[in-house]
Amino acid sequence: MEKAFEIMDHTADVGIIAYGASIEDLFSNSAMALFSLITELEDVEEKLRLDVEVSGEDTESLLVEWLNELIYLVDARHVLLKRFVIESLTERELHAVCYGDEFDPAKHKMKVGVKAATYHMLELAKSDGYSAQVIFDI
Amino acid sequence: MARWQGQLIKVDDCRWKIPENYKSGMRVPGLIYASQEMLESMLDEQTPEQVANVAFLPGIVGYSLAMPDIHWGYGFPIGGVAATSVEDGVISPGGVGYDINCGVRLLRTDLTEDDVRPKIDQLVSALFRDVPSGLGSEGTIKAGQKEMHQLMVEGARWAVKRGLGYEEDLDATEENGCLSGADPAKISDRAAKRGMPQAGTLGSGNHFLEVQVVEEIYDSEAAGVMGIAEQGQVLVLIHTGSRGFGHQICTDHLRVMERAVSKYGIKLPDRQLACAPVQSSEGQDYLAAMACAANYAWNNRQCIAHWVREAFGKVFDQSPESLGMRQIYDVAHNIAKIEEHVVDSDKLRVCVHRKGATRAFPPGHRDIPDRYKGIGQPVLIPGDMGRCSFVAVGTQKAMDETFGSTCHGAGRMLSRGAAKRTLKGADIVRELESRGIAVKAGSIPSLAEEASQAYKDVTKVIEVVHRAGISRKVAMAVPLGIIKG
Repeated sequence: MEKAFEIMDHTADVGIIAYGASIEDLFSNSAMALFSLITELEDVEEKLRLDVEVSGEDTESLLVEWLNELIYLVDARHVLLKRFVIESLTERELHAVCYGDEFDPAKHKMKVGVKAATYHMLELAKSDGYSAQVIFDI
Repeated sequence: MARWQGQLIKVDDCRWKIPENYKSGMRVPGLIYASQEMLESMLDEQTPEQVANVAFLPGIVGYSLAMPDIHWGYGFPIGGVAATSVEDGVISPGGVGYDINCGVRLLRTDLTEDDVRPKIDQLVSALFRDVPSGLGSEGTIKAGQKEMHQLMVEGARWAVKRGLGYEEDLDATEENGCLSGADPAKISDRAAKRGMPQAGTLGSGNHFLEVQVVEEIYDSEAAGVMGIAEQGQVLVLIHTGSRGFGHQICTDHLRVMERAVSKYGIKLPDRQLACAPVQSSEGQDYLAAMACAANYAWNNRQCIAHWVREAFGKVFDQSPESLGMRQIYDVAHNIAKIEEHVVDSDKLRVCVHRKGATRAFPPGHRDIPDRYKGIGQPVLIPGDMGRCSFVAVGTQKAMDETFGSTCHGAGRMLSRGAAKRTLKGADIVRELESRGIAVKAGSIPSLAEEASQAYKDVTKVIEVVHRAGISRKVAMAVPLGIIKG
């Protein structure tokens, strides 16, 4: 399998470059990259399931909204997620089912407090497959 | 990143101008405060391009300004100041930043280094225990929705009314710890849900709590007015903001502004500069929501200051009052404020965006407390973990040149990843301890991200603003104990 994502450095913050054979893969891998920044994914079990729906102005903003929704769930619902099934995805709407666990300080290591996905240096590209660069505020 | 190749005109040793004709679409020139040496790293980082981009904002007046601690941010550079006309200009959430009213509070004490050093480990442990910090941490403030709304409207007063601090703390806080115009109806449920559990917490990242010792006094008169009497005196610095609450508000309103940009036909070189006219419903809604976050942050620092006083009280077995734990001042360094300034010899109401910049009002200004009217507003400039911090005062020159603004800190130089690759948290603890500095942190490995080596030297930053005259340095303090999330 081709790599799903990589982490990139940015002076004040941190970014990801995610890849996907399809746009659905890209969204799912971006989410995985986000949670790999936040915690050690291998410590997260699939114990709960969350339905997530977001909308955006275009595919780029939909990606930012998607990641911001997941960041919100970490803070407000105290969950850590690791698997993301994209149920439907259009240019402006996304429905996904996410699997993960409730945050447990005894079991999960929090690596970075990711606070927001930004539009800064946001790049979404299509060649063979798709790739996206997103910078996070931490 | 390729070196910036744009046009820069040297005005003097600490001022550099980007002419208005550098890029088509700039409405005003850019002005960067920096030494030649600092300018080099700015050019390598392409930061002047961001200064030029900010000059595109409709209604911007004067200059797109950059302080010497400037570094690459999203859209707006961190360390940027931009004033836009309230009548026909825009407000941009990116010009405030995600951590709305991230800021600094400084407390004085009657204690000296000799009193504190023997008990520093005990003190740092007590502070670490009593002030909730770290990732995923939740506060002891349990506010329901109604109380949360009051907190957003009242700011620091909310805490003082509940016995957390004194009335005089409010007097020693920018805006008395309460920005007017806050409207909880403009806050999303999501922001409230993120904010409620985190009220009264220090957080993580670059936020910290530091027990400091005064090492140098440059202006004994101004220092005296602030209650800083001598070298060796102990101070406490609190650096935190509005936590996930402010971030959610910024995220929510950036989405609104995205649409506003096309609705009002605004042309911008960077999507992250999204904005709306100050007078539009989108602009007014953001200002009302931003004020809620600003007030949440002031309340946060108020609660933390109270727990700091209590921890000192327990460790030294005396009341905080008898330890002389008065507040010197509290400043915001990520905020937009409606202020009156003189532009082209006319008085003008402007929206001053300070993103990683501190208000620095001069002596006699009506918005500073009476006891500081003779010296100017105290300006608090924290350095990085382990180096030093400065206390300064605002000047008339800041009023004339920078809309009453100055720098806010050291400014990051190395990315977090680069810092982690080259430095180890455990080594940093050892190095700090060998210098007699006690450290308590939620995560030792992440300490590496905040090491001194990752930041510009704050001493060089303060030298530039002092020489440029946009603030005047008063005292310098070094750490004795550090608490990190």
